[in-house]
Amino acid sequence: MSNGFWLHPALILLLGSLVLFLVPARLKKGYLLLVPLLVFVRILTLAKGTFGSVSFLDWGLIFGRVDELSLVFGYIMALMCLLSTLYGMHVKDNAQHAAAWTYAAGSLGAIYAGDFITLFLFLELMAFSSVFLVWFRGRPESLGAGYRYLLVHVFGGLALLGGMVLHCKAQGTWAFGQLDVHHPTPAIYLILISFILNAAVPPLHAWLPDAYAEATFNGSVFLCAFTTKTAVYALCRGFAGMEILVPLGVIMALYGVVYAVLENDCRRLLAYHIISQVGFMVAGVGLGTHMAINGACAHAFAHILYKGLLFMGCGSVLYMTGQSKFTELGGLWQKMPWTFVFTLIGGLSISAFPLFSGFVSKSMIVAAGFEEHKLWAGFLLMLASVGTFLHTGLKVPYFIWFGKNRPKPEVWARAAEPPGNMLAAMTLTSFLCIFIGCYTPYLYKMLPFPEEALQYQPYTAYHVSETLQVLLFTALGFFWLIKKIQPEALISLDWDWFYRMAGRGFLWLARKPIQLADTFVGELYRLAGLLPLMLTASLAGRFDNTMIDGLVDGLAETVRGLGRRLRLAQRAQMQQNLAFAFAVAALLIVAFILFINR
Amino acid sequence: MKLAKLIAFLRNRLKPVVRICAAVLLLLIVGDLFLVDKASAHTDTERLPAFWALFGLIGCVLIIILSKWYGQAGILRREDYYEAPSTREPED
Repeated sequence: MSNGFWLHPALILLLGSLVLFLVPARLKKGYLLLVPLLVFVRILTLAKGTFGSVSFLDWGLIFGRVDELSLVFGYIMALMCLLSTLYGMHVKDNAQHAAAWTYAAGSLGAIYAGDFITLFLFLELMAFSSVFLVWFRGRPESLGAGYRYLLVHVFGGLALLGGMVLHCKAQGTWAFGQLDVHHPTPAIYLILISFILNAAVPPLHAWLPDAYAEATFNGSVFLCAFTTKTAVYALCRGFAGMEILVPLGVIMALYGVVYAVLENDCRRLLAYHIISQVGFMVAGVGLGTHMAINGACAHAFAHILYKGLLFMGCGSVLYMTGQSKFTELGGLWQKMPWTFVFTLIGGLSISAFPLFSGFVSKSMIVAAGFEEHKLWAGFLLMLASVGTFLHTGLKVPYFIWFGKNRPKPEVWARAAEPPGNMLAAMTLTSFLCIFIGCYTPYLYKMLPFPEEALQYQPYTAYHVSETLQVLLFTALGFFWLIKKIQPEALISLDWDWFYRMAGRGFLWLARKPIQLADTFVGELYRLAGLLPLMLTASLAGRFDNTMIDGLVDGLAETVRGLGRRLRLAQRAQMQQNLAFAFAVAALLIVAFILFINR
Repeated sequence: MKLAKLIAFLRNRLKPVVRICAAVLLLLIVGDLFLVDKASAHTDTERLPAFWALFGLIGCVLIIILSKWYGQAGILRREDYYEAPSTREPED
């Protein structure tokens, strides 16, 4: 059934999250570091090739396609899993860690998947485990945001399912590789819709700021890394050179920037900047040249680290003060100076300042745009860079750590540097952001086309001068117009308005006309039909139970007893029922992988 | 808390800090005009004097003004916009 045992990195995480519940409290912190460390070591030892091939029914499943592209994404996902776990290591709730690891395992599974079925399976695992990182925050808003997140991703999953079935029917294989992007079929478009939904391309993006801003302080650090970048990986794998992705990427890059100006919640602002930054990667995939694909991968790698760092910084502020809105913050440099420095490093990295990671990755995509003579794309992406520095490099640090002191006295009193493990995670991530920016071969050697990447020189006098001019004069504009961008306690409407309002309309329809009709019919039925029926049924039931069932085999009584027991497994809350169902599903997947690898 | 002291030190000397920043901006323009080799620029437009400095400044101003205009066109709403009408606070 399979070609020998191949230890899938995702399997370590899945098993690790199951065993986590049995680990004694005094060993918990060590264990929390050990498992992602083992995953990282496993990924470092992976050899290139195709492993974990399984024939299941008539399908050929591939769990381990290890090549240049999957290696670089697997490496950064495992590294981020380690850093994010370190960041939230002090959280005592095992379920939170288990959900985060299952989510990361889903990402690794999707990255090493060689066929659509395996890809679909792991993408769904990601969606259904990550929603708990939102729900675990426990606010009523998180509950709603989680359900919306799940609904949107179920739609994306269905699009992928439809697309891959049609594609397989036409091609006769489930294999997932470069698709014929120059002659796209409806099947290819359906698969594309699913991937760009996961990558948060407008108008399929509103789930991202909605959910990521409502997640737990450490859940967002996981969320910001995996879903969108796994989608970038899938786009690199299947859609390199698809022209439409260039304008879509440029729209994303600018869309996120516009919403970031309006945003009052620092984590929602960061979420909008994920859309903006992923726009660079999507445009890179659309350009499709070796340099552009290198750029998309390098930028995904750098982005996972600096965006994680930014979410760590803002998550620390949320964790220590309970606030994430600019209108409730300000002046925190006196209380959390190190968190400020780390967040600033994240801000400088995302803004592509020389010596920081974004500088050596983003410029590859912009340069590829110019080289492909898509000048409009190059200039508009540069404009998006202006917006990136304006918000993430300037607005976030300024209105949280400087500006007007807005915190309430009780918020001010509790503000302090976060626990040691959170600071350690931020220190390590900051180091990596600077290291990548200073020593380019570390990242460039890992890219899908390393020879071309190593020839690329980001540190030319012209490029440094160009970047510094753009960024520092943006800073001048920021301080010039600072009064115009003072935070306001408002929210901005986005595309989620449509499904939120559709949901509200549906509820109204259910509550008013449908319920009215239902009550009328129900009452009529009760009076005219139910009461006499109940009477006869009760008599017949008594006769059946005592005479027929009692005398023959007692089957009805047995079924009723079983039902009573099953009912005890039910919980009052929908999420708990779902958690139970997902846990069973995860167990089945583990059992399945173990079985097929035997 | 040495870091906080350093920040306080700089904040107390805001004028010299601003002057240094202005000098850096000026140096960048001077560098662009006289020192940097623009052979690797992709377009002729980029070879205009201080093109990227103007791009940064005008881009920043455009982004702020256009986004604000977009927000005021009906996108910015009260924070309780999505709450059920019965639980909303009354309008000011």
